Amino acid sequence: MDIERTFSILVNDRPGVLTRIAGLFARRGFNISSITVGSAEEAGVSRMTIVSHGDEAMAMQVLTQVGKLVDVLDVIDMSKEKIVKRELALIKVKAESSKRQEISHILDPFRVSVVDVGHSSITVQITGDEEKIDALIGLLRPYGIIEISRTGATALLRSGTEEASDAAV
Amino acid sequence: MNQFIKETDTVHAGEGATDSAQTVGQVNPPNVKTGADLLITLLKEAGVEVIFGYPGGAVLPIYDSLYDSSIRHILTRHEQGAIHAAEGYARVTGKTGVVLVTSGPGATNLVTGIADAYMDSTPVVVMTGQVTMESIGRDAFQEADIMGITMPVTKHNYQVRDINDLPQVLADAFYIANSGRPGPVLIDLPKNITAGPATYQPLPQPAARGYKIPTAPAKEQVEAIAQLISGAKKPLLYVGGGIISSGASELLRQFAKQTQIPVVSTLMGLGAYPAGDEQFVGMLGMHGTYAANKAITDCDLLLAFGVRFDDRVTGKLQMFSLHSKKVHVDIDAAEIGKNVQVEVPVVANIKDTLEMLLQHHLHPDTKDWLAQLKAWDNEWPLRYHGTSDDLKPQQVVELLAKHTGGQAIVTTEVGQHQMWAALFYPYSRPRQFVTSGGLGTMGFGFPSALGAQVAEPEKTVICVAGDASFQMNIQELQTVVEQGLPLKIAIINNRFLGMVRQWQQFFYEKRYAESRISSPDFVKVAEAYGALGLRATNPAEAEAIIAQAIAHDGPVIMDFVVKEEENVFPMVPPGKGNHEMTLEWSEE
Ligand SMILES: Cc1ncc(C[n+]2csc(CCOP(=O)(O)OP(=O)(O)O)c2C)c(N)n1
Repeated sequence: MDIERTFSILVNDRPGVLTRIAGLFARRGFNISSITVGSAEEAGVSRMTIVSHGDEAMAMQVLTQVGKLVDVLDVIDMSKEKIVKRELALIKVKAESSKRQEISHILDPFRVSVVDVGHSSITVQITGDEEKIDALIGLLRPYGIIEISRTGATALLRSGTEEASDAAV
Repeated sequence: MNQFIKETDTVHAGEGATDSAQTVGQVNPPNVKTGADLLITLLKEAGVEVIFGYPGGAVLPIYDSLYDSSIRHILTRHEQGAIHAAEGYARVTGKTGVVLVTSGPGATNLVTGIADAYMDSTPVVVMTGQVTMESIGRDAFQEADIMGITMPVTKHNYQVRDINDLPQVLADAFYIANSGRPGPVLIDLPKNITAGPATYQPLPQPAARGYKIPTAPAKEQVEAIAQLISGAKKPLLYVGGGIISSGASELLRQFAKQTQIPVVSTLMGLGAYPAGDEQFVGMLGMHGTYAANKAITDCDLLLAFGVRFDDRVTGKLQMFSLHSKKVHVDIDAAEIGKNVQVEVPVVANIKDTLEMLLQHHLHPDTKDWLAQLKAWDNEWPLRYHGTSDDLKPQQVVELLAKHTGGQAIVTTEVGQHQMWAALFYPYSRPRQFVTSGGLGTMGFGFPSALGAQVAEPEKTVICVAGDASFQMNIQELQTVVEQGLPLKIAIINNRFLGMVRQWQQFFYEKRYAESRISSPDFVKVAEAYGALGLRATNPAEAEAIIAQAIAHDGPVIMDFVVKEEENVFPMVPPGKGNHEMTLEWSEE
C-alpha cells in the first residue's frame, strides 16, 4: 500500500552523512517530502527524520539499503507506530494595523507565538502536525502571505512503543 | 599475517619479503616521521603485499615513503588498469586488492573500476591523493570531489582530515572492504596530512560503529528450509558469487551430494560448483544453457544461495520460476525481496547456513527430476557448428580448456567471447573464473589477468578477450612485460563489437551501426611491446599456437582470427521469460 512513511534514522555525526542518505534515496528512486536533521540524545549522533511515501516493498528497501550504510546506527519505519510528529513553521503575513485585531482572532486557537512585529507585517511561529500548519496558512492567505519557512517534520515514537518497533526492524 | 585480510589461499613467498630494518626483531617502534610513513607502516601491518598504482603530485609524500618499503608496487600504465588489476588480485585470492593514485584525474580514472568492484562485491581499498585541506573547495589544480563522485559506488569512503584518525580509518577500511558483502572502500588523503608530521601508532582493532555483519541464520529458518526440501520433488540450487566470497564452495558440494539436488550457477558463481559434476546443469539466464533455463522455469523449490536475482538471470520477472517456492539466503539484507518475493527470506552467511543444513541430512527423492534434467541436456546440449576450415570462437575456448587441463585461471573481457568463455570452459574450483558480471566493463579482463598473475605467479592465467575490449586497456602490455608476467591473452578476433552486432542482427535488422571495428596487427603489437605474438586462422593452427603459448615462459598474445558473425546461443531475448530462449537464428 502506497502510504506516507516516516523514517527515523540515527547516524554518526560525520561530514557527508546527510549526502549519503539523501543520495541513496535519490539513486534508488525513493522520494523525499521532507528531511530534518539534528543532534540526538548521544553526543556524536544525529537523528534524521525523513518523510516519504511508498508501499511495503519500498519501505523494506529503505530500511535495508539505508541500514547498510556504515554511518547508520539504526533506522526504523514509524508509519505504523504511535508517534509524535511535529513541524515548525514561520509565517510572515501582511498585517496593517487595521487588520491586526482580526488576524489575532484567527491565531488564537492555534496557540502560535508572534515572534516579530513590523510596520505592515507580523511573523508568527507555529508548531504542530502538517494539517494544523496547513490550516493556519489557509486562513492567513487572504491577508497576504509574504514568506513561509517550514522545517519539515521531526518525530519520535510515543513512550512505551520503542521496544516493539526495535524488534520489528 | 593480519586479522583483517581473509586468508583463503596461501601467501606466496617473495611477496611478503621482509622489511629488513623495520620488521626484524621489532623492538623499536617503526621509524615514522610523516603521515605517509605512518600510512605505509600501517599498510604493512594490515598485511598488504602489493599495491597497484600510479604516482602524481598529491601522493608524492606517499610514494616517497613507499620507496623504502618492502611493499611491492606495480606501476600500471593507466589508473583504470591499476584498479582492475587490484580486482583481479582480489578475485583470485580473496584478499583485499589495494590501489594508490593521485588526486583529480588519477582518482577519476578509477571510477569505472570502483563501480565494477561495487557491482561484483570485490574487496578493494582505494587510496587517492587529495589537494591540501586548505585548498579543498577552491577548484585547486587537480582537485576533484572524489568523495562525492564515489559515494554511490563504494561500500564506504573516508577523507582523512586529521592524522590521528588515520590508524582507525585504515583498520575500518580493510575490515569493511572484506567482510559481510565485500566491496570497495576509498580513502581520500589530503596532501598536507601525508606530508605533515606523524608519530607511530599501531593498527587498532576495527571499530566502525554502525557497521553490522549478519552471521548464522536462526535455527527456525534453517528448519523451514529443511522442511521445504523434504517435501520437494523438483528442488534446484541457484548459486552465485556469494558462495565464492564466503568460501562455501566445498560445503555447497557436500550439500548438493548429500541431497542430490541439481545446481545451476550465475555467471559470477561459475567455479563455485565443479562444472564436470553430473549434478551441474550449467549457467542460467540470458545466455544460460537450455537445461538450466528449463530447470529454473520448472522447479518446485528454488534454493537461491548467494545470488541477487539480477535481470540477466531472471529474464522477464513476471515469468520467472512461477511454479517454485523460493528460499533466498544472502548476507546483504537489501538483496532479499529487492527483485523477487520469496517464501523463506534469510539474511545470513551462506557458509553457516550450509553447515547447519548439512546437519539435517536431507534426502529428497530427486531421481526423476535429475533424469528430466539429463533429458533436457540431451535434447539441446551446448553446441556449435565446427568445420576444419573456419575457426569458431567456441572451439578456441574448448582448445584452451584442453591444453590447460581445465585448470587455468581465466579472466574475460565483455561481449560474446565472455559468454563463450563462461559456457565452454569447465571451471572446477572457486576463484578460477574472473569476469565483470554486474557492470559489464570492457577493459576489465586484461588488467584483471595481470593482477591475477601477480597473485598467482605459478598458475596459468589466460585472458579471453575480444578484439575491441582488448584495445580498451591495451597499454597494460607494457606493465605485463616489465613485470615479467607470463600471462596468455587469447583474442577472439571477429572484427566486430560482436555482442553489439548480434543485437543489431536480431533486433535492428542487421543495421551494423558502428559495430565493425578495425584493429592493429596484434602479433606486431605483441612484438613491439616485447611479448610473443602468435596468430591462428584455422583449428589446426589454433591447437599449435595454444600449445606453443602455454609452453612459452612469458607473456603471449594469441590472435585467433575467427569466423565473423557467429552468435551466442541459447539467448533469452530481452523482455522474455527464461523458457522463451532462442536456440538458433534463422534469417526468415
Ligand atoms: C566500457 C564499455 N563500453 C561499451 C560496452 C558495450 N558493449 C558490450 S559488448 C561490446 C562489444 C565487445 O566487443 P569485443 O570486445 O570485440 O567482444 P565480442 O563481443 O566481439 O566477443 C560492447 C561495445 C561495454 N560493455 N563496456
